[in-house]
Parts: sequence; C-alpha cells; structure tokens
Amino acid sequence: MKLHTFKIGGIHPAENKIAAGKPIENIPLPAEVVLPVAQHIGAPAKPVVRKGDKVKRGDCVAEAGGFVSAPIHTPISGTVMKIDSCRTPQGMPVEAIYIKSDEADREADAEAMANRNTPKRSEIELATLDGKTIVNIIKEAGIVGLGGATFPAHVKLSPPPGSKPEIVIINAAECEPCLSCDDMLMREQPKEIVKGVSLLMRAAGVNRGVIAIENNKPEAIAALTDAAAMVSGIEVMPMKVKYPQGGEKQLIEAVIGKEVPSGALPIATGAIVQNVATAYAVYRAVVLGEPLMDRVLTVHDGTTGRNLRVAFGTILATLVDNKEPEKIIIGGPMMGRTASTLQTPMIKGTSGILMDGRYAHRRETENCIRCGKCSDACPMGLEPFLLSTLSRLQEWDEAEANKIANCIECGSCSYACPASRPVLDFVRVGKAKVMGIMRARAAAAKK
Amino acid sequence: MSVIVTSIIVLGVIGIVGAAVLYVVAKRFHVQEDPRIDQVEALLPGANCGGCGRSGCRDFASACVKADTLDGLSCPASGNAVMKQIGEIVGLAAAETKPKIAVIKCNGTCDLRPQVARFEGAPSCAVLASLGAGQTGCPNGCLGCGDCVAACPYDAIHMNYETGLPEVSEDKCVGCGACAKACPRAIIELRNKGPRGMRVYVACSNKEKGAMAMKECKVACIGCSKCAKECTHEAITIANNLSYIDYEKCKLCRKCVDVCPTHAIHAVNFPVKKAPAPAPATEKLEEKTV
Repeated sequence: MKLHTFKIGGIHPAENKIAAGKPIENIPLPAEVVLPVAQHIGAPAKPVVRKGDKVKRGDCVAEAGGFVSAPIHTPISGTVMKIDSCRTPQGMPVEAIYIKSDEADREADAEAMANRNTPKRSEIELATLDGKTIVNIIKEAGIVGLGGATFPAHVKLSPPPGSKPEIVIINAAECEPCLSCDDMLMREQPKEIVKGVSLLMRAAGVNRGVIAIENNKPEAIAALTDAAAMVSGIEVMPMKVKYPQGGEKQLIEAVIGKEVPSGALPIATGAIVQNVATAYAVYRAVVLGEPLMDRVLTVHDGTTGRNLRVAFGTILATLVDNKEPEKIIIGGPMMGRTASTLQTPMIKGTSGILMDGRYAHRRETENCIRCGKCSDACPMGLEPFLLSTLSRLQEWDEAEANKIANCIECGSCSYACPASRPVLDFVRVGKAKVMGIMRARAAAAKK
Repeated sequence: MSVIVTSIIVLGVIGIVGAAVLYVVAKRFHVQEDPRIDQVEALLPGANCGGCGRSGCRDFASACVKADTLDGLSCPASGNAVMKQIGEIVGLAAAETKPKIAVIKCNGTCDLRPQVARFEGAPSCAVLASLGAGQTGCPNGCLGCGDCVAACPYDAIHMNYETGLPEVSEDKCVGCGACAKACPRAIIELRNKGPRGMRVYVACSNKEKGAMAMKECKVACIGCSKCAKECTHEAITIANNLSYIDYEKCKLCRKCVDVCPTHAIHAVNFPVKKAPAPAPATEKLEEKTV
C-alpha cells in the first residue's frame, strides 16, 4: 500500500520516541497554580477575577479578549492571591493569575476529580446538539489547538463567508521527534477521540473526517481503526513518516492532495485541521461539560520518557523533580523553544519538556557551500539560504518577493544544513519583520 | 582577408549608428537638474546614514533644494555650520538644531546582571530577541550581540567585552540614529549632547517591578520615583516602573543622580564634584587604548 504524504521537501530526523508505550500518569492537582493570560495565539484573555476572590475548579478566571482568543479556566478551587507578572519559559514577562487552594478546596477538588468522567449530557441530548451550539461550547471551554500552535479552535470552525468546509482532518501525525503524548492519548482513549471527531464534524457541518496518523504508531492506528469502525464517515489514514507532516498545509496536501494557495487560509481547500488532543478536549467539553484544564505532555530526558497529564498552571520544575539540566526545550526538538527556566507554569501549548543532553549544543557553523540541501528540505518550496541572507542584509522587499511569509518555521532547513548554519534563526526574524510591514501596508490601504 | 575587412566595416557602421542614436537621445531627452543639488551634496558627508530621515545624501540634497523652508530638514552628521552653508546655497534660513548623541539606556554589566542562560546561536541581537529574554534575566536590557555596532556607519559605537555593553564614542557619534533603529530592545535613545557634552540620563530600560528588577540587575531602575520627587524642573516622569528624564526640560542640576538608590541615573562629562560621578564612556575607552 502506498502511504500518503506531502510532495515536496521534508526530512526524517531520528524519532527518539522513548516515551511511546509509557501509560499516561495523572499528576495530582497542585496546591497553587499560576495561569498566564496569554496561553494562545491572538489577543490575551482578560482576567475577570480580582485579588481575594474565591474560585471553584472549572470556573472561568479570564474571558476571551477578542474573537481570536480563548477564555482560561482554573483547574483548582481556591483563592486568587494576586494578578501579577510571571515568566514564560523564555524569560519574558506575562500577566498571570495566581490561585492558591486550602484544605477544603482540595477536598472538593478531589471529589470533582473522582467524578470527572461522568457524562453531563445524555446521548439523546448530544444527538440534538446543532453545529452552532457545539462551536459555542468549544469556545466557552477555552479549547485551542493542542498541537503546539494554540490557535483558538472555534475560529477554525467558524469559516469566513464564502468558504465551504468539506472535510475535517484530525492531525495525529505527531511528526515531532521525542514526543509521544498524542500517541498515548490515542491508545488509551480511542473511543472518546472518535466521539470528539464526530462532534467536530457536526460543528463544521461536514460528513467526512480523516484521522491522519504516521505509521510509526501502529497501536494507535489499530485502536482508532477499531473505534472508528462503528462510526460512519470517519476514516483512519496511516501516513508515511516524514517531518513536518503535522504542519497544517502539509497535512492537507497529504490527505486530500490539494495545496493551500500562498497567502490563503487552509479553509480555501475545504479542509479544517484540528489536533487529535483537541478532538479529545472537544469530547470532554461537550460530553462531560468540562472546560480545558489539563493536557498530556511528554517529559523526555534522553534516557527515560514519561507521559503526564498535568493541570495548567502547574510549575514545570515540579514535574522534573526540580532538576536543572544543561538545556531545556519546551516542545519537541524541531519546533520547540529553548527555555531558560522551568520556574514557569504549564500552559495550553506545552506539549513536552525535553532535557536530552544530545540537543544541548549547537554544532560549529561553517560557511554556506551552496549545496541547496535546505531548499530540498523546505516543505514550502522556499529557498531558505536566500531568505536567511536577505533577512541578515535587511532586504525586506526582496525577502517578501521570495515569499518569506510562507515559511512555517519547521526548521527542516537548519536540520538539513551540512554546514550547521542557523538558517531558520534569520528567516524567522525576517518573516516577523516582513509580516509586520505587510500588515502595516494592509492597514494603510484600508484607511 | 575579406572576412576581417567586412567585420571591421560592419562593426564600425553599427558603432557609428549607435553613437548617433545615443547622441540624439541624450540631447532630446536631457533631464534638466538643478545644479544646486550637486553643490549641496558635495557638502554632505556621503555616508547615507539615514539620520535625516531620507534614503541617502543625494535624496536629502534634492529635498533641500526643492523645499520652501528648511525647517525639519537637517543633517545630524554635518551640524549647524554645514546646514548654514546649505541654507546660503538654496537661499533659505537653516534652523538651528541641537547636536544629538546616542545614549545606551542599559547599565547591566556582566558582574551586575547575573547570567541565566548561554546563547550559542547566530551572534545577532535580532535573533536573540526573537528567542526570548536573552542570556540574563532582564527582558528589557542590552542583549550584547552588537547589532548596533554593525549598523553604525561612523564607527562610533563599539562593544566593551569586559562590561558586555556597547560604548558610544563621544567625538565620532553624529546622532544619526542607525543604532537606535537596529536595536531590537530599543535601549538606544538619541538625546541632546548637552553643553560641553554634559548630560544626565537613566541608564536602564527595565520595566519590571522593583523587587523583580533588582533580582535581575543590581543597577536597574526600580521605579521608586525618588528622582521625580527630587527634580525641581518637572523633567522626570515615571511610567511602567521606569524613570525617564526629558532632556529638553533637564537643567543638569544632578540632584536625581545623588538620590537614585541603584545608581541607575548617569551624569556624564561633568567636572568632578565631591563624589566622583560614574566615569564617562570616552574616558574608559582612552584608558584602554593607553
């Protein structure tokens, strides 16, 4: 059988998924949480609580700050201690809500946790829900894309007028090396995920759903195929292992063979892509009536790996026994970002903590030999060596003409470079700059 | 033989025809340009630094010639004397401008600002700024990779590798602002050079609350507003836990310098008073070169 994949570029880094097969451990709720208001792409959430307020588990503590935004819910009951700044893993300050629980709160939470898997909506009730209601529940539950980009899920499910969704693609590729949180979630909760997918399909008003899984996860494929067999319209599609298969545009091309036009939204192809963990969160929100308050992440230190279900706001250092390794990456080795501290809270986008010493140092940089391996590897068909140079020379017009804004920052170019040049570092800077210029121009044109 | 002769004749004829066409075109479509543009351009430094806000020296020269008034047109690199000459050429009065200089609003040297991470990537402030807070805990301070040094067209700014901070050379800096534009953290500000180079400024950009700022850097401005209370000229404002001295209002009395508990306010090029003021940047440079 020929496996599906995207056409151009791509790499295959060492998979290193040693946490695969390790059951998900539920980490107990912490006594204190720190909830940053900016956990997603878009406008930061606006706190709706004040110092001294009592909150219950599942209460909304910050409401969406705009359409492209998501509310934030507290995973513990307790008292709001303060609203102050906290640090992102990269050391940048961000506003956060500090909540502390007491003995009574912890007892109440323990009871809530014990009953968390009892459905709040009956099957009949579920069957009568229409698409709009489901999208609203997703919006209120603060669900964002849990693959890492944390794009609010309800925005993708509310396509702009003129576009017609045809298919929901569930991104279960997990092409990022070292991470296996989605893999384990699929093995342990296949029925719930399939339910979530059918709810997403109803929310989008489509009757075809594809769960795309790379075929290095045979157990997950088997589990989901079993679970999906009973539901019509949902297909499990094994994919060839290739990075960045989990990129939205790459996945659409791999599954339905249509390319997302440059500068257009993925919906232009009729596809809505959601992560598999997002589908699970949708199940929890709609069926169990539980807002997004925790997620699964992989902790990987080079020799051992664990998959943990952790409540948002938990300080990451407590998950790794306050170890201070040589280098910490939040996320996977390809898309993840280096952290300077673990004294920072778990947020919706934290998909992994990587402390593998093998990734600790950069190789020494040599001169570009014009071999073109970066261009071969680029899944967007760009010329990274050129974009990197243009960005370094601050030739923004030329960079824009060479479609720097199409870069998905997957890092395949830097990975492929035999001279170990920091290709993506400069492209990323240039992309941010060029997109700023483009936005300013669009705003000026509107006036 | 005949081949060579025909070639010479054919090429010769093409050459003559081409020359005739070029001559006619040059005469017919001659663009009359104001000769004063060349004169003005000759007075300018020719560094195309962009300090005037134009794309280069020639652009500035043609703007001067076309302008109805020279207000708002000034070449920071040339100074008032040259602007006066330009004014004479174009027949307009040149506005006097105060000379400016780039000021580094960060004082967090390596020993005062603890390092929390080590950066191995491309030595560029822009790249480091895109990754997070940088190598120290301060999310607003100097990143130390020298994007400003690379941007300076006058060789007026250099990294001091002992302090990890850039230093501005007093006599070379013309105040064009190329460094300020290059700095991703916007810690470089153009301020009035002041009489005999004397100026007072807050050498910090940290916007964190006091306790946090102190943790990150021992010489951070903690926003205590002692300086603002001390100032009798209403030159000091506090915003985002950070003090700012308005150089137009500042009378250089230096009262704020003495009250600052973290020594974040710097007074440079003043004659030595009772307690020695922090050494100005130029003196440090001279010490090193001796």
